[in-house]
Amino acid sequence: MKKGFARFARNRGALIGLVILTLVIVIAALGPPLYPQDPWRMVQRPFLPPFTAPGLPLGTDALGRDVLAGLIHGARVSLMVGLVSTVVALLIGVPVGALAGYFGGWVDDALMRFTEFFQTIPSFALAIVLLAIFQPSLFFIILSIAIVSWPPVARLVRGEVLSLRSREYVEAAVLSGQNSRQIITRQVLPNAVSSIIVLASLMVATAILLESSLAFLGLGDPNVMSWGYMIGAARTVLRTAWWLTFIPGVAILLSVLALNLIGEGLNDALNPRLARRGE
Amino acid sequence: MIRFILARLLKAAVILMAILVLNFFLIHAAPGDPAAVMAGEAGATDEQFIADLRARFGLDQPLSTQLWLYIKGAAQLDLGYSYRQNMPVAQLILDRLPATLLLTLTAFVISIVLGVVAGVLAASRQGGWGDTLISAVAMIFYATPLFWIALMASLLFSVVLGWLPGFGYETIGANYTGLVRGLDIARHLILPATTLGLFFTAIYMRMTRASMLEVSRLDFVKTARAKGLRPGVIQRRHILRNALLPVITLAGLQAGQIVGGAVLTETVFAWPGIGRLMFDAINQRDYNVLLGVFFVSAAMVLLFNLITDILYVVVDPRIRIRS
Repeated sequence: MKKGFARFARNRGALIGLVILTLVIVIAALGPPLYPQDPWRMVQRPFLPPFTAPGLPLGTDALGRDVLAGLIHGARVSLMVGLVSTVVALLIGVPVGALAGYFGGWVDDALMRFTEFFQTIPSFALAIVLLAIFQPSLFFIILSIAIVSWPPVARLVRGEVLSLRSREYVEAAVLSGQNSRQIITRQVLPNAVSSIIVLASLMVATAILLESSLAFLGLGDPNVMSWGYMIGAARTVLRTAWWLTFIPGVAILLSVLALNLIGEGLNDALNPRLARRGE
Repeated sequence: MIRFILARLLKAAVILMAILVLNFFLIHAAPGDPAAVMAGEAGATDEQFIADLRARFGLDQPLSTQLWLYIKGAAQLDLGYSYRQNMPVAQLILDRLPATLLLTLTAFVISIVLGVVAGVLAASRQGGWGDTLISAVAMIFYATPLFWIALMASLLFSVVLGWLPGFGYETIGANYTGLVRGLDIARHLILPATTLGLFFTAIYMRMTRASMLEVSRLDFVKTARAKGLRPGVIQRRHILRNALLPVITLAGLQAGQIVGGAVLTETVFAWPGIGRLMFDAINQRDYNVLLGVFFVSAAMVLLFNLITDILYVVVDPRIRIRS
């Protein structure tokens, strides 16, 4: 683990990612209290370009709302949706994969066909359909993203469990009379954690992209300001006020890039097999 | 080979059936009594009309009978009726399907070709500045929201530079025919197809690069080198061919994302395909159209998967021998 940390710290990309992500987290956490402007309130005349009006560093949008306030509140939504939907996806995917890999046979067959089904259907289209039917509140947005993003988790965990369950220490646990639940949760899963963490960090990034895409299409929570919504609202004025589209897009790009860089750094650091190959 | 394809077709049929069942329950989960919703959409609310609708669409039957009717209808290409557009859903989709197939297939080909070429270039310059540059660009595209890159591309290449049309399928009112029309459509296709493909180009590039580096360490490559084969031959015939297998697997897995991405691209570029149809249906909460497009896009994904399965057989000689 210590070696892993050193490897992570040597990875320049991962460190850049960490710095960007820390910045986004700080903005999301401290932004609203320090800059208490309501992102929905009209504060000035519309279409003020950035850096032209005092007190409004990023200008105003088509309805005269403060762009910086929207950006700050959007950071909260993006991070929250990304994180929570990933946790929910793990809560679905880890048990499915663990059960399939541990028990094998028909359990494995049934669960994997189920997983394959969800992996085959176009996930973005499914998320759209789910949200259009169940009204886009934060709760359903998170649930829909989780529903379309758990299959890779199940496959990964299944693979890990398959390769771990024939190890001697697992057999020893079986012989010592531990039941299946204990063996899965105490012996097998802890050894799969590093792979799960790597995948999870990439999933948060994907979830942020997904949330922004849904909000862009008008399937965001109408009560929360999000980056995708800002771009969707600015789309029609792209020719005259391109910065209204450009700024939130850069925010999404940087956050997702940061998470991907971190995920890659974690992969090199925690997955010794790959790391050794790279050295 | 034929048996292999038949087995895949059977599997695809099972998945399509499962999607129909899922669709059916989603319709029933949709807010409001379908008959009342239909009546409302048709602009009438009296009880008799609603009861008639219920009988006409079998909504007074038990759920299992309704499911059977729904599946039977879908098998005959009946995906319900859109009261907003006053047209059968299947007709709406069929009218727009060619545009979407053209867009997604082009994006699919662009992303695989560009991705593999860039991946090979990066792998053969591992650690050099070329590799660093290609990898960095891929990393950025991989993190960019598709709809944003589409908007930025249309701003740059259509509005600012004026090089390419950023809107629609062909020049409206020009009434081109034959080859001229084909070229006109191709010009309109460049921006949507490229932006849709870029994200996936990044994925395939990274996969190709990693896979090339992995294969190039295997023993048979050393043997080939020891035999004195030219590096270019080893690169193409030995390494690339083996390195392509995981890329093709990945391409099959990503097919669903490309079809999903079409919703965003078509929305930005006003491309008249089923993605744009879906976007309009979202705003109108036209559930029949939404679920119809969902079903057809799943069918498209299965088609893409079949193509990659066949590609796999072509590239991997081991499978060919076994069957």
